[in-house]
Amino acid sequence: MEIFAIFISAIFVNNIVLAQYLGNCPYLGCSKEKSVALGMGGAVIFVIIVSTCCTWLMQRYVLDPYNLGYLQTIVFIVVIAALVQFVEMFLKKAVPPLYAALGIFLPLITTNCAVMGVAILVQREGFGLLESMLWGVAYGLGFTLALLLMAGIRERLDTCRLPKCMAGTPIALVMAGLMSLAFMGFKGMGQ
Amino acid sequence: MVFVSILTLFALGLAASIVLAVASRVFHVKEDPRVEAVLEALPGANCGGCGFAGCEGYATAVVNDPSVPANKCCAGGAAVSIAVGELTGKTVAEAEPLYALRRCDKLAGKVAPRYQYQGMPSCAAAALMRGGTDVCVYSCLGFGDCVQACPFGAMEVRDGLARVDRGKCTGCGACVAACPRGILELTPQRGRVAVYCNTRDKLRAVMDVCDVGCIKCGKCVKTCPARAVRLEENRIVIDQLQCLSYGPSCGEVCVSGCPRHILRSTRKSDAPVEDAATPPAPAGGESSRPQSRA
Repeated sequence: MEIFAIFISAIFVNNIVLAQYLGNCPYLGCSKEKSVALGMGGAVIFVIIVSTCCTWLMQRYVLDPYNLGYLQTIVFIVVIAALVQFVEMFLKKAVPPLYAALGIFLPLITTNCAVMGVAILVQREGFGLLESMLWGVAYGLGFTLALLLMAGIRERLDTCRLPKCMAGTPIALVMAGLMSLAFMGFKGMGQ
Repeated sequence: MVFVSILTLFALGLAASIVLAVASRVFHVKEDPRVEAVLEALPGANCGGCGFAGCEGYATAVVNDPSVPANKCCAGGAAVSIAVGELTGKTVAEAEPLYALRRCDKLAGKVAPRYQYQGMPSCAAAALMRGGTDVCVYSCLGFGDCVQACPFGAMEVRDGLARVDRGKCTGCGACVAACPRGILELTPQRGRVAVYCNTRDKLRAVMDVCDVGCIKCGKCVKTCPARAVRLEENRIVIDQLQCLSYGPSCGEVCVSGCPRHILRSTRKSDAPVEDAATPPAPAGGESSRPQSRA
């Protein structure tokens, strides 16, 4: 039941993109096609799990004992960036098919604020390691859902006749705003 | 406090860089340096004309797979083929330079529109609407799906008819795949005769809709001494290589004999001028326009 609540909360009520406004760049940049959106979503889920784990350990065993909490943001940036590079190298060697599938998306995620945001959010809430990673998965799924929905809409938009001034990014931003409003409806479910 | 912060980050950065440096050694994947060299030799247009997903895909394949020939890059032409051949140690059979021939001349044929189309400005969409917007169901629709597909800016739509700039066309075939009517056809640049009709209809069905439509009289098929002209699936098809190997001694009887003016010599100026606006081969005196189409 607990797990179910986590997933509902992270995917719908506190959706990382549509309710917390994190990770907007891939949300607009990688949502032109569903397949690309899925690839990006998969890569983000994967990286969030690994990075949440690493940053949690970092916080627990380095930052907290030495009272370095004020360095949290910059330390997490360095850790995540290095981690993604490491993961990329590892995948290239060990799991070439996965590297080919995630290849283009991994470098994009090095400085993704959704990944960073989840790492900081779970610290703020004070979750345990396992719980943090579970939240990470759930937030990642929410991110994927947002991207997929957006990609679906934009694929349909391509076949619509739009005023020239609205075509492309402007209409995408309007859609993003409307979707965010729609997700606000889930707020009532929360707590 | 400042000192502690700097020291912490320095230590962290150092640790990360050491880990990454070690990892780059441990997880080093041996990549063939030739792949990068080939990739640099390729034009980088990612047109897909070679049949691979982008230039990188072809570079990887041509280096690793001995059965992939070095002359697949049609965008780069002979110079790139030779460069790729040198890098990969493959012998280069020179690729025949191709261009996309538009097998329709509906302006000359005065093909009338069938209905007022107000949908999406795309050939693919218009072709789905009861066989297209023209009375001829094989005609060029002129919404420019080929223009969008062309990575080299060689296509253009003027007066509702797609035009191919033979000078810019590299023969990658992106437009051929994009055309829902199958009007565009890859043809050797040095081909002597081109077919300007794509219809599969016959006789009255053609005469009613177009002044220059192929009625399948079969005269060209019968008169060609090289047997290079054939009727395939109700379309006139020229085996260009056979035609070229026979040579010009036939005097192009198919062109002079065609009662509907569908077969046209590509060198004489009765080929649509727009298509040969910038001839790739050194050729002079082609600038005279036979007819001006408003």
